[in-house]
Amino acid sequence: MIKVYICLLLLLATRVAGAFEVFACEPEWGSLLKEIGGDAIQINVGTSALQDVHVIEAKPSLIAKVRRADLIVCSGADLEIGWLPQLVRQAGNPKVASGAGYFLASDQITTLEKPTSLDRSEGDIHAQGNPHFQLDPYRVLAIAKALAARLAQLDSAHAADYQNRLDDFSTRWQAATKTWETKAAPLKGRKVVVHHMSWIYLLQWLGMEQIGALEPKPGVPPTSGHLATLVDVTKSSHTLAILRAAYQDPKPGDWLAQQTGVPAVTLPFSVGGDDQAKDLFGLFDSTIDKLLAAAK
Amino acid sequence: MTAAAAVLLSAPLISSAADDTALQALDARIRALEVEGQKLREQAAAALAAADAAHAELEKLKASMQDTRQAQATAAVSAPRENSTPNPGGANGNAFNPGIAVILNGDYAHHSLNPDSYVHTGFPNAAGSGPQGLSLGESEVSFAANIDDKFYGQFTLSYEDDNGKVGTSIEEAYIDTLTLPQGFGVRAGRFFSNIGYLNSHHAHTDNFVDRPLAYQAFLADQYGDDGAQVRWVAPLDLFLELGGEVFRGENFPTAGANHSGVGAHTLFAHAGGDVGSENSWLAGVSMLKASTTGADDGFSGDNTLYLADATWKWAPNGNTKDGGVTLRSEYFIDRRHGTYVAPADVAIDLTDPVLEQPWIGTRRGAYLESVYRINRSWDMGYRFDKLWAGAGNPFATGFDPVRHSVELTWRNSEFSFFRIQYSHDDPLRGSTDNALYLQYDVSLGAHGAHKF
Repeated sequence: MIKVYICLLLLLATRVAGAFEVFACEPEWGSLLKEIGGDAIQINVGTSALQDVHVIEAKPSLIAKVRRADLIVCSGADLEIGWLPQLVRQAGNPKVASGAGYFLASDQITTLEKPTSLDRSEGDIHAQGNPHFQLDPYRVLAIAKALAARLAQLDSAHAADYQNRLDDFSTRWQAATKTWETKAAPLKGRKVVVHHMSWIYLLQWLGMEQIGALEPKPGVPPTSGHLATLVDVTKSSHTLAILRAAYQDPKPGDWLAQQTGVPAVTLPFSVGGDDQAKDLFGLFDSTIDKLLAAAK
Repeated sequence: MTAAAAVLLSAPLISSAADDTALQALDARIRALEVEGQKLREQAAAALAAADAAHAELEKLKASMQDTRQAQATAAVSAPRENSTPNPGGANGNAFNPGIAVILNGDYAHHSLNPDSYVHTGFPNAAGSGPQGLSLGESEVSFAANIDDKFYGQFTLSYEDDNGKVGTSIEEAYIDTLTLPQGFGVRAGRFFSNIGYLNSHHAHTDNFVDRPLAYQAFLADQYGDDGAQVRWVAPLDLFLELGGEVFRGENFPTAGANHSGVGAHTLFAHAGGDVGSENSWLAGVSMLKASTTGADDGFSGDNTLYLADATWKWAPNGNTKDGGVTLRSEYFIDRRHGTYVAPADVAIDLTDPVLEQPWIGTRRGAYLESVYRINRSWDMGYRFDKLWAGAGNPFATGFDPVRHSVELTWRNSEFSFFRIQYSHDDPLRGSTDNALYLQYDVSLGAHGAHKF
């Protein structure tokens, strides 16, 4: 038995190290890595836009991905607290356990909705603020810059490549941001009801306003009693839409839509959340197009 | 101006010599006007070009202002420089306190057959399915933190009610290495062995109120001891971990801490992966080998326990907390070669074996459980348990215990659940225990990150 083990060990340990591997917790960071890393890196994305990233399990396949990674890129702000620490601890990969190989997007930006008091009776609140910041183009750009710097630091052979790709991305991203802002002008001041408190960055960027949430408290599933309290305010506020992410249960939003006549809109929320959201640009295109369609 | 010149030209002219001079003067004036017109046209074009240039400059300025605004907006949301290093905490001695997690668990059980009055046939030291009536289950407090750049530590104190011996005990107290290269990790201290599936999992993450019969029978619910572990994770697309442990060998199923207190060894291998985006699996084989003197069930000699475990999870889009099915099975083979000597403090001796006799034989156990997750709040499950007492076992009677259990769980959040379970258990020939359990289980403090 022991001999078999040793043989296996030697065989596997000699596996030649390949390309620079990056593990991305969420698809939006996978897409950003593709923009900045291009062919220089191999990207493994741990979750999909159809999954609730608050409650992913520390699956064996994810441990294997973290084991091989040279860098992990995650949202942070405790979004992945239920599974990422377990992946890192089980993978036995010191490169990504802490330090430069452990990149949290939330460390690169300022977050909104930092709670003033921490009490779980208020639901699943995040001490470091709201972690759903991928729908603010300015934060995405700030993260892109920090990510390019981190890639250059860890994989210095391709540093110039990362810088060039970042410059190219920044130019295209800033131009796209202008286009989105122009296009989304009619959305300014419009009110929405949200499923989970995951839209604050988008709404703040576009000058929109949230007037209610289907979840009575963050992370607590919608109840019929709570939904009933939203009917009047939704009806009377000239509400644009009831927003939910692609992974969320459509039933509570559909019920409120039926009661109020306000359309329920499913937004991609992350890359891969619908057919148009093939990358970060598509994610924003689709999000704004769907909001504008509701405004017509 | 051109129009004016044209008007002048087209005006009727009187043809006479006397008027020649006047005509010439007029001609000169027209020429002058034409030149002036050309000049004005050029001036107008220049003015237009200048206006165009000014306009372009303005556009450029506006664009650069927008760029500046974009850059400012980006800078405004970037983390300030001082945030990139953690707050040193100053004089606050609590700044580096470990994460504290508390698990509170309580049960009510009604058994139709008093749990104190029987053991499962062939398994005299089985942990049992908990006491009759109200009891505090496994309630524990655990502290965990990185010790320094190279080590992580965890300490778990648990409240236990072990056959009437009530008290707190150190359930786990170990350190892990953080920086060994190539996927290696070493753990030292007191910890639960990584054999099988459930053994390394804390009971509060189980799908049923009590452990499967095989765990109760072969490992007294969960095998842990003082020891050391080496574990290696392969750099593959597939998850593959290999490892081994050495233990003092004091806790059941081994005892006596033979070989100068290094009396038990384990080897384990686990592999796992995904099939598509909706299925995940984990499977393993493990072995626990020990040299035992005077175990709680009266055994002395060499014992080897082999375990095989398999877990399959399916969930729509991989959202296991919102739906889907978990299937899990483990199979135990326990080989013993030694003698039975009735323990001095034996409490129950239903079969009353001869006080001293050989114990050479193989026992087996298995369970299969299936849990259906209805939604974020509810799940329901069924578990089948079976034990085979085998031949050569002084407690065997030719009867093999069987149990069926069903459970229903309601979760208010990921931090609390309530469970009801019914079990139909045939521990002995001709005896049946119908048991109804109610359980609450909550966690407070640091947010736990659970294993698959």
